[in-house]
Amino acid sequence: MIGIYLLNLLLALLLAPLLLGIINRVKAWIAGRHGKPLLQTYYDLAKLCQKSEVISPTCGLFFRLAPALQLTVAVAALALLPLGGQASPLRFTGDFLLAAYLLGLGRFALILAALDTGSSFEGMGASREATFSALAEPIFFLAISVLTSLHLDLGQTQDQAFSLSLLFGGQSAGAWLSGKYELLLLPVVFFLLLLVENCRIPVDDPTTHLELTMIHEVMILDHSGPNLALILYAQALKLWFFASLVAGLLVPDLGLASSLLWIAVIFLVACAIGLVEASMARLPLKRVTTFLGGAGAMAALVLIFSQMR
Amino acid sequence: MTMSLFLTALGLFAAFALLVTIPALLRPSKQSAHLANLLGLVGTLSGSLTGLCALFLTPVASQASFQAPFGLPFGSFTLVLDGLSRLFLFPVFGLGLFCAIQGFLSLRHERPSQHNLGSHWLFYLLLLLGLGLVLSARDIVLFLVAWEIMSLAPFFLIDFNDGDSRVRDASWVYLVAAHLGAVALLAFFVLFWQLTGATAWQAVQKLTLSESSRSLLFLLALLGFGAKAGLAPMHIWLPEAHPAAPSHVSALLSGAMINAGLYGIIRTVSLLTCNGRPPEWWGWLILAAGLCTALMGILKALAQSNVKRLLAYSSVENMGIMTMGLGCALIGQSLGNGWMAIAGLCACLMHMLNHACFKGLLFLAAGEVLHATGTVNMAQLGGLAKKMPFLAACFAVGCAAIACLPPFNGFAGELVLALALLDGSSLAATEHQLLLLLSFAALCAISGLALALYAKAYGLVFLGQPRSGFAENVPQKSWQHFWPISVLALGCLLMGLLAAFVFSLTCESVSSLWPLQTLTGYAKAKASLLDSLTKAGAIFVFLLAATLAVYGLRKRVLHKRGIRFMPTWACGYQGGNARIQYTDASFSEPLARILGPLMGQNVSQSQDKAIFPQSGQLLVKAPDRLRRKVYGPLFSGIETLCNALKIFQHGKIHLYILYILVTVVGLLIWGLV
Repeated sequence: MIGIYLLNLLLALLLAPLLLGIINRVKAWIAGRHGKPLLQTYYDLAKLCQKSEVISPTCGLFFRLAPALQLTVAVAALALLPLGGQASPLRFTGDFLLAAYLLGLGRFALILAALDTGSSFEGMGASREATFSALAEPIFFLAISVLTSLHLDLGQTQDQAFSLSLLFGGQSAGAWLSGKYELLLLPVVFFLLLLVENCRIPVDDPTTHLELTMIHEVMILDHSGPNLALILYAQALKLWFFASLVAGLLVPDLGLASSLLWIAVIFLVACAIGLVEASMARLPLKRVTTFLGGAGAMAALVLIFSQMR
Repeated sequence: MTMSLFLTALGLFAAFALLVTIPALLRPSKQSAHLANLLGLVGTLSGSLTGLCALFLTPVASQASFQAPFGLPFGSFTLVLDGLSRLFLFPVFGLGLFCAIQGFLSLRHERPSQHNLGSHWLFYLLLLLGLGLVLSARDIVLFLVAWEIMSLAPFFLIDFNDGDSRVRDASWVYLVAAHLGAVALLAFFVLFWQLTGATAWQAVQKLTLSESSRSLLFLLALLGFGAKAGLAPMHIWLPEAHPAAPSHVSALLSGAMINAGLYGIIRTVSLLTCNGRPPEWWGWLILAAGLCTALMGILKALAQSNVKRLLAYSSVENMGIMTMGLGCALIGQSLGNGWMAIAGLCACLMHMLNHACFKGLLFLAAGEVLHATGTVNMAQLGGLAKKMPFLAACFAVGCAAIACLPPFNGFAGELVLALALLDGSSLAATEHQLLLLLSFAALCAISGLALALYAKAYGLVFLGQPRSGFAENVPQKSWQHFWPISVLALGCLLMGLLAAFVFSLTCESVSSLWPLQTLTGYAKAKASLLDSLTKAGAIFVFLLAATLAVYGLRKRVLHKRGIRFMPTWACGYQGGNARIQYTDASFSEPLARILGPLMGQNVSQSQDKAIFPQSGQLLVKAPDRLRRKVYGPLFSGIETLCNALKIFQHGKIHLYILYILVTVVGLLIWGLV
């Protein structure tokens, strides 16, 4: 079983940059353009890895260390998920908290790296990133708490139910298949959180050219070479992480077939991101709160519905 | 053995407190100041080390007691060390030690004509003595005496820079708040005495109290001890006292003294519930109080620009989180849920130990920033990591730990508390489930905001470029100045990696105190939380190793290619300087836009209206609204009332004698009728 899990993890690590390519291709297709090659992110990563770095003399240790930390926490968070429906060998009671806080650690380091440069633009990005992710945090955990209470109700013990491997391992999909349709709102909540946490349209525009309107991209303006490659790759892994959350809720437990279905759902999520990006404009910053509030209200609604049953 | 070591520690504090009165009474000179500093340090070191020996040499759950052959008026001199007392004594002795060393290092440079170091160390030692007695006293008279020593000593410690009127004001606020709390405690103990007829703590165990008197005792204790712990709305002394006090004192007050309030609440509740389950509303009340305190604390902290005031509000927040743990434990106990009970209680105590470690670190580090630059205003700092890299690294560890980020100790407490609250969904009633799950989400929101807060605090103080001359002309300082802080930083990391050990320590220490073992789910909670923390610790080790490996690989690759240094990219703008950097107000602006009314931020802007504007001013402030809008009017009302009553108090002796005569005659008539 561990072998299959490791295979899934390897696939995640290999295929994650492809997601960015898919998103771009879908956007280009809808806009009637040809678009970048599907493997563009891989070319970018390879090119960046061969380069040297340009660093500002203002920067200190955090600027140099943050990308490495960003990568390791993304891999660790991914390894806590039941990839492909297989329980993670690292699972333990409360591992969802570790996964979320590991991503938080990466964000903390990246915010400090941005402040390390002493640039007003990067400070601006850091401040926005800190704000929106702080607001997204309770929504994520509210959605998780719906799942934990569902599994406690289904008769699981606490040490089983408080683990990502059970919550996203196929049993949740079994629950909505057996008639708890309110749970189908949860993948939507996680998809909205994906858009926030990965700085996609309508929260942030990764391809915008005006620094004043950016959130994530403006934080990493000064990074270059291998460090930028690390950040780019970690970002792709984070996207895979959040897409896996959606997949974990939608794919029922089918043994080996669910591994294939997982990857299919993850690619579908990438297509959905592309569709959203092609059909929507970026929201004004003031409206992002409303967007987050909507996601929070949805999570609270599912919680109330499923507890009232 | 334990008890004799503990008594020796208290004796050493008392003896050195007496000894430092000699240099305190001498004429201020360089020698007397040096002597006082040395005596204070030696006294604290010897006492704290003896105390730590007493705590470490025997298992935490073992009990030791001592009764002096002489009594106090109305009471007896009884000291007992049990698990709970020991657990709360760890921060007292540990932080007492490191704060004293850091204080010694920084007080060396004070001018003897300005400060009387002898009296400073006298009250420092008295504070430690008072704390030691409070945490071990088992007689209510002795407890009250010790409480009073512990409450009075900080007044003189906070008032160190008494030349500044704001410092004097802050210490008065502290004194008033401490004594308003003491009024509730006095009422609590009088009622206790009346109900039990004895002064021993344990007397209450033999009685079966009625529901209403139990609840009255509980409410009085919550008020009295809550004022010390800084529960909202009784927190207002913290943000005044901590910025005013010298930093090693703030660290000790925040890391060890406010815990005494929590200790009081836990002790009272455990005594009142030893004969049965607590009423359910106790737990809900404590949980709500903790949640409100934590939310208010973090939101106010986000609006601050003074680092020490920010840390003070953050202490309020952390005290709220601990209280949430206790509330969850009580709910679990009253509804028979062992998982919630043990996890909540352990989370409360683990967070207490963790908070002592990282808050001590942060206050001491903030103090060093103050020493080096002369200010702790974030708008004037920046770039200190280059001048003091060692201090910066320690502060970064403290920030990550207090923002509950792995692999540091804050995360362990957060994990246990989150799992305790999350088990609320296995309760029977839907409204209970919803309330607990919502407070779980609120807890996560609090730590998300804490991440933003501490990213700001560290980033603006230590990173970027110096924002003013204060931060620019700082001498390079090596590790010799900061090593006590680094020990605390190491403690944060080790307590994170070995969190399983800390968890079992807290679990054992309360096992004799609280009859939780009989509840369903107790054993499973203990086993699976222990397992979680062990696994998380192992993952942390791999994570650290992997990060260092990736970093090392990048460094090796770049070593061959060479790094080019170019100024920070300012999007094409060439004339950038340090003043265009983000400030504390601009960093929290997006949050203030959303939560501004809750944060209580006042923004005042004045702009030159001319076509070519010359100057402008933007002021962002966040004063404590409770103090301004509630306590201020309340106390000025009382003052007006007292002034009105002055017509009776005029200093004319013959009229005073007339009052006495009238009273006597009145009493006589009352006696006859």
